[in-house]
Amino acid sequence: MVETALFYLFSGTLIGSATMVVVGRNTVHSVLFLILAFLNAAGLFLLANAELLAMILIIVYVGAVAVLFLFVVMMLGTSFSELSQGFAKYGVMGSFVGLILASELITVGVLWMSHPKASRGLSQPSNNAATNAHILGQILYTDYFYIFQLSGIILLVAMVGAIVLTLRKRTGALRQNHQAQLDRCPENTLKMVKVAPRQGIFEQEER
Amino acid sequence: MMMTELTLTHYLVVSSIIFTLGVFGVFLNRRNIIIVLMSIELMLLAVNINFVAFSWFLKDLAGQVFSLFILTVAAAEAAIGLAILVVYFRNRSTIQMDDMSRLKG
Repeated sequence: MVETALFYLFSGTLIGSATMVVVGRNTVHSVLFLILAFLNAAGLFLLANAELLAMILIIVYVGAVAVLFLFVVMMLGTSFSELSQGFAKYGVMGSFVGLILASELITVGVLWMSHPKASRGLSQPSNNAATNAHILGQILYTDYFYIFQLSGIILLVAMVGAIVLTLRKRTGALRQNHQAQLDRCPENTLKMVKVAPRQGIFEQEER
Repeated sequence: MMMTELTLTHYLVVSSIIFTLGVFGVFLNRRNIIIVLMSIELMLLAVNINFVAFSWFLKDLAGQVFSLFILTVAAAEAAIGLAILVVYFRNRSTIQMDDMSRLKG
């Protein structure tokens, strides 16, 4: 089946690029592999009939978050080579914990079974009459409206927080001060001097 | 597990592997905090895959709605984390995580 083949393609690339994110020595390469991982995850979402989320994943993650990461990596511009040392020291412990966690999670994923009464808890049965975005919008703006607003507030708070954290008053920067410009009036800055004939302005000042 | 048809198990195994890679990345890159943040993003992506897969399997759209909220929180977390990182770099001119022990008593 073509869906299964696509699934294996997307998931294989996803796992490979996620591995490259984790073990990569170069941080810029890691960010680029992260973008590849997000694109393949969007492909997986498409296979699971979540078209809107796939597009949002590409727009939000690839377009915003990954570019933000790339921006910060390039802006900080430190040498990342010494940051990547210590693989051998941490790798043993990390592989140990990772293998245990992976085996547990995969065991759960393979051996799961759903409770016979679990389907009673379904809240939003999707009908196939409309598109994914249509139905998602219908339930997002009705049943989940308050949580939706709350997520908007979270984004606002995050934006304000990020701006407040990184904003700084730079000393020595030449910055236009509109209020000072508007407050200037001729009486403060302009001095009328009566210059006597045959005398320079400098001698007038000294007197 | 049938190999010819997509099942929920396929998605669960993939998301388990991705989540484990994220945890492994946190352990492995103890010095490079940017890769640690990216590993956290990978873990959130694994959770998203789980939500979407269950939503597809149960024909219940609530999973996709919650996946949307996870996306929101992930974006906020990345913005705040990177802002903190930039401020830290400005103050200390390094992002070595080994040096981040000033709050230790």
